Amino acid sequence: MENIHLETIYKISDDIVAREIEDELIIVPLVAGIGDLEDELFTLNDTGKAIWKQFDGKNSLREIVTNLSQEYAADHDEMINDVLGLVGELARRRMVIAVVDD
Amino acid sequence: MTDKGFVVRKTFESARLFEGNPPLLPHIDIELTERCNNSCIHCYINLPENDSNAKNRELSTDQLKDILDQSAALGALSVRFSGGEPLLRKDFSEIYLHARRLGMKVKLFTNARLITDELADLFGTFRLLNKIEISVYGMHKDSYEAVTRVKGSYDEFRKGVDRLLDREIPIILKFVPLPPNRNDREEFVEWIADLPGKNKPTYMSFLMLRTRRDSEDKNKLIKRLRSSIEEQVAFFVKHKTEYCNNMPQYAEKFFYLKGSKLFKHCGAGETVTIDAYGQCQMCMLLRHPEMSFDATKNTLRDIITKVFPRLRETEAYNQNYLRRCAKCFLLGFCDQCPGYSWSEHGTLDTPVEYLCQVTHAHMRLLGLLKEGESAWEVADWKERVDNLVNQLPTA
Repeated sequence: MENIHLETIYKISDDIVAREIEDELIIVPLVAGIGDLEDELFTLNDTGKAIWKQFDGKNSLREIVTNLSQEYAADHDEMINDVLGLVGELARRRMVIAVVDD
Repeated sequence: MTDKGFVVRKTFESARLFEGNPPLLPHIDIELTERCNNSCIHCYINLPENDSNAKNRELSTDQLKDILDQSAALGALSVRFSGGEPLLRKDFSEIYLHARRLGMKVKLFTNARLITDELADLFGTFRLLNKIEISVYGMHKDSYEAVTRVKGSYDEFRKGVDRLLDREIPIILKFVPLPPNRNDREEFVEWIADLPGKNKPTYMSFLMLRTRRDSEDKNKLIKRLRSSIEEQVAFFVKHKTEYCNNMPQYAEKFFYLKGSKLFKHCGAGETVTIDAYGQCQMCMLLRHPEMSFDATKNTLRDIITKVFPRLRETEAYNQNYLRRCAKCFLLGFCDQCPGYSWSEHGTLDTPVEYLCQVTHAHMRLLGLLKEGESAWEVADWKERVDNLVNQLPTA
């Protein structure tokens, strides 16, 4: 399982398509192997959605934590747990990938 | 920011996906062409593969992409590509990938003859997220090609199916019962039982007339090929137990009086169909010119929000329909609809006798109708339905 570090920058994988429909954020697998079932898609809960919108391929996870802590006046440590938790889930499913400098 | 379980798995079919707030357009049907590489004896739509007039009128790649873009913007999560044979389009892969990259799942209706290794590989990599539905016209070269009227079509069909199975791409095989393949049905059931996945026998039992109303000769042939009422009844008897098991839920949904509004209790207009030339229809069968709108000159949003709601209020005026169908509690079980009426009679509201007779025969077997009785004359139909449901053994 991938280790998630706060200094890493993540971006949304090209293997999925993310759509926002009627306030739902929907993640649709594009290539084989993302979902387990033929007819599967994924949605994010409200916390996940707020974090997802910060994945721009530029901000590190630490910067995302700082941004969201300020925006939602949330506890910093709790925010770290949320961001690491979500990225862990997404990375395991190949929905986000770490940006590696050339 | 405290809720956990960030990623939630769902399915496209999940009814609660947009609970109480469905998108304007959940699904779109697109007929990519009316041309086909088969020339099936029973087909309601096919034109010759090399029909240059039809080909020239078909939507361009860019027009199709624009319709897909509009559909996705309106919330569509799925598209069905059908035809004719949709794989005849040279740009099929491009259109397919465009739909998938918009985040839509794709349903494909095909005869499988044009499933090449390259195309199967594409489906293997970029999954459709849906089963490919393949029509089966026979289990042997002679019976299959007596239907398709194209030499070599059977071998190509089997190779296409094998290429998909080799890559574990989910498929549904649909048997089309016709006189030339009448001895193949059991073999078909055995074949699909041995295939991976949960393939259940699927049959296309009612043959439609030409929906373009373009060939009286072909219509005569199609009528001759239809199962007789007796054959329909025999099929029903064979599946009666399954039917009865589902009756409690059917009863709630499908027994009602429709009245004069043609589209009441009908899904037409909840999704849209685009024909091969860009005409937007409320359903695939409904090709009446007054019910078709040019999607290259109007936006889908305008058609869905301004035109379809008005069309859905259309009233029947055919006296025979008003006397019978409007007052018939079996209409929800009968395929009578404006689309069938159009292909049979060129109107929206003429009763289709064949459908009426089949439905009455089925319901007599269930005991809902007495011999010689017409459903529109039954005043105590609610009581009869309740009695039927109560008499059924609990599943």
